[in-house]
Amino acid sequence: MTFSPELEARFAKMIGNYPPGRQKGALIPMLLYAQDEVGAITDEVIEEIGRRLQVSRVEIEEVLGYYTMLTREPRGKHHIQICTNISCMLTGGEELFHHACRKLGIGNRQKTPDGQFSLEEVECLGACSWAPAMQVNYDFHYQMTPEKFDQLIDSLRKLQ
Amino acid sequence: MTLLAPPHPLEKRVLLRRFDSPRTEPVWIDEYLRTGGYEAIRKALSMEPEQIVEEVKKSALRGRGGAGFPTGLKWSFVDRRSPKPKYVVVNADEGEPGTCKDRILMGYDPHRLIEGVLIGARAINACRGWIYIRGEYREYINIMDRAIEEACQRGFLGSNVLGSGWEFHLSTHTGAGSYECGEETALLESLEGKRGNPRLKPPFPATSGAFQCPTILNNVETFCAVPDIILNGGDWYHSLGTPKNGGTRLVCLSGHIERPGVYEVPLGMNLLTIINEIGGGVWKGRKLKAVIPGGSSSPVLKAEECDIPADYDSLAKAGSMLGSGATVVLDETTDMAKVLARLMKFYAHESCGWCIPCREGTTWLKKISTRLEEGIGSERDLATIDQISQNMLGRTFCPLGDAAAMPAMAIVRKFGDEILEKLKSASALVPAPGTQPLAVL
Repeated sequence: MTFSPELEARFAKMIGNYPPGRQKGALIPMLLYAQDEVGAITDEVIEEIGRRLQVSRVEIEEVLGYYTMLTREPRGKHHIQICTNISCMLTGGEELFHHACRKLGIGNRQKTPDGQFSLEEVECLGACSWAPAMQVNYDFHYQMTPEKFDQLIDSLRKLQ
Repeated sequence: MTLLAPPHPLEKRVLLRRFDSPRTEPVWIDEYLRTGGYEAIRKALSMEPEQIVEEVKKSALRGRGGAGFPTGLKWSFVDRRSPKPKYVVVNADEGEPGTCKDRILMGYDPHRLIEGVLIGARAINACRGWIYIRGEYREYINIMDRAIEEACQRGFLGSNVLGSGWEFHLSTHTGAGSYECGEETALLESLEGKRGNPRLKPPFPATSGAFQCPTILNNVETFCAVPDIILNGGDWYHSLGTPKNGGTRLVCLSGHIERPGVYEVPLGMNLLTIINEIGGGVWKGRKLKAVIPGGSSSPVLKAEECDIPADYDSLAKAGSMLGSGATVVLDETTDMAKVLARLMKFYAHESCGWCIPCREGTTWLKKISTRLEEGIGSERDLATIDQISQNMLGRTFCPLGDAAAMPAMAIVRKFGDEILEKLKSASALVPAPGTQPLAVL
């Protein structure tokens, strides 16, 4: 399989970032960037990256089972990750998460039937001083409230 | 929005000195050069590597990632004359709950980090470095990538650094979701494309680190302190803090506080001064109940224990730790059983499962504390939590086991009465002792 020219350029550079013979170092970054483009770690992605880095399928499966951002199943177009760890919990993160479940009509690690939104309760996002925090894909949203959440979801829906 | 807090008069801004007023854009290379940037690496290139290490030793800079190990000493363990290539790794896997400072440094002053890495690399004669950034921080990976590109174009990185004949390459490396990878040997495994299971130490990274070569590995903030140490001298930096606790550090204020934010304070500033003056005190006019002084792994301090200097040694003496500088404020209404249960849920989720005491210990701590939070359980559970925790301490390859055990022990020892009170008030729900099998939870 082939990736977009931008991603191919990134991959070429990435593989050169590791010592000769140790190109497996690029495995996790390549998987994550491939997932961002393809939508999930598909069989084809595993085969292609494995071939390029000379890494066996089982070595890739091992990694997939470990890192929480990597997924074999496509997530929603807007993947919503709400932190409920200590600083967010103290400032309303749990309430925000429950509100999100109701607003979207889905539970943790589920996807709306139209594929637009998926929801995940996550551990610390490193945004503790601006809690409660959440991410939509890679975009951070800080000092969230249920009202701000509704506005955000409504604006994302309008983007469709 | 900007994540930079307006400076408070009690702050001492060294790492944040370019941010007297909040802004949204990072300092790119031209502005960095205009404001004294890359002068420290020019100076370092005229110094012997031993002198660089000496200066950092004199500064009493200690690792800002959590462990507080003296940085100069760490660097001195690398054999500069080893025939193997030497590497530098930056730990930017910021994930300790409560911690949000490395993103400020990378997001607003990326060249400061690059310059600090260059100086560290020069000190051990390294040829390559990686900045391992947590996957969720794509925004900061993009900023660091652009800054690295700028530094390459201006000759600060590459095959001939500033015409000195020294070759040094630097790149970012994204993580993909794992708290455990913040532990240095797990991070190195991850850098090599594997699961982030920790390694047995020794050998330490200084002798066998990235790709089994001598490596120095430090937190973002630690590297960011280095340019000013080289420019102004180790003694100057040391004098900003207290003996053995040199310099300034970033403090991340979060939780029940009026002015949450990331501030820079001298080592040794009183913890209550930080909370009440800089942070504006407990929110909503409430009283202070407790403080988690150095990230979720640091044992909680009761309000009456907080009148102490916030430095590595004073907090250790108080039975806690300065950790990553994450200060989480808990007000009088905080349910400590809930805090315990949430933290244990986190550690059970993040345990990599490599060491049995951690894998099993965190799982049982989560089960028991969740049950207590729900008002179900017995007095015996507190003793069980304490016992499980003691059986984890020091019995795992990496500190994740300790990181779960230490706060668990502190909460049940200091707030056990409160948790029992909660159980009593929920007594209608409590089944006869022994009739609630834990396995159902």
